[in-house]
Amino acid sequence: MNGRKRALVVSRHSPYGGTLAKSALDLALAAAAFDQPVELLFMGDGVLQLLPAQEGNARGRKDMARQLAALPLYDIDHVYADVEAAARYGVELGAAPIAVHPLEPGAIRSLMQACDLLLGF
Amino acid sequence: MRSAAGLIYSLLVMSHPASGHGSRTAVAFARGALARGHRIHRVFFLDDGAAVGAAGAVFPQDEENPLELWTALAATHSLELVLCVSSALRRGILDTGEAARHERGTATIHRAFTIAGLGQLVDAWTSSERLVTFGG
Repeated sequence: MNGRKRALVVSRHSPYGGTLAKSALDLALAAAAFDQPVELLFMGDGVLQLLPAQEGNARGRKDMARQLAALPLYDIDHVYADVEAAARYGVELGAAPIAVHPLEPGAIRSLMQACDLLLGF
Repeated sequence: MRSAAGLIYSLLVMSHPASGHGSRTAVAFARGALARGHRIHRVFFLDDGAAVGAAGAVFPQDEENPLELWTALAATHSLELVLCVSSALRRGILDTGEAARHERGTATIHRAFTIAGLGQLVDAWTSSERLVTFGG
């Protein structure tokens, strides 16, 4: 079988605490490269990836904000953020490196139900 | 599409074999699914999960051996065990091709595993009815 599935990558980790944030992004890019429909949701600590000035290079890592800014080039246009987490961390979603749709908890549940596949990172 | 004997599953394992219990739970899940007549299309190890493929890992004799759990299951059921290439390389796990490419002396991957790109994970979910994630 070769079924196209609407996939949602759920990214819940801070950008440089481990490598999961990077793995989530890499997987989203790979899915898009293989022409699979993929969307990205930042939840919990994951909203910290949306901070505009991260200076990841100063930690010897690739800057996450810069990589996120490239998402539209890969035709990943559906990017969402958990508004409650953004408010808790003081992350200004309007200043994020990419355009994100802010979602309330109810809308997050609806999104997850609408997708065929959830990939939790 | 439903196979005659049940569902086609693929597994995504992101837990480190030596910490937490995600990798062990994944083995138990695979065993249970196979026992009930389901098929496992592929097991893909990503991020810390890829550490399980290190041939040289030595575990205390009085503890369960996470590597052996996977290799025994793979041998019985011809499971395809795939390590994400970038996750594996940064953890020092190389097959002969990668060892030659990066000028390292020798391969360090256990023979039950292969190394591939994330495309194999994408293929796993398009080719399976269920993808179950462990860890992350």
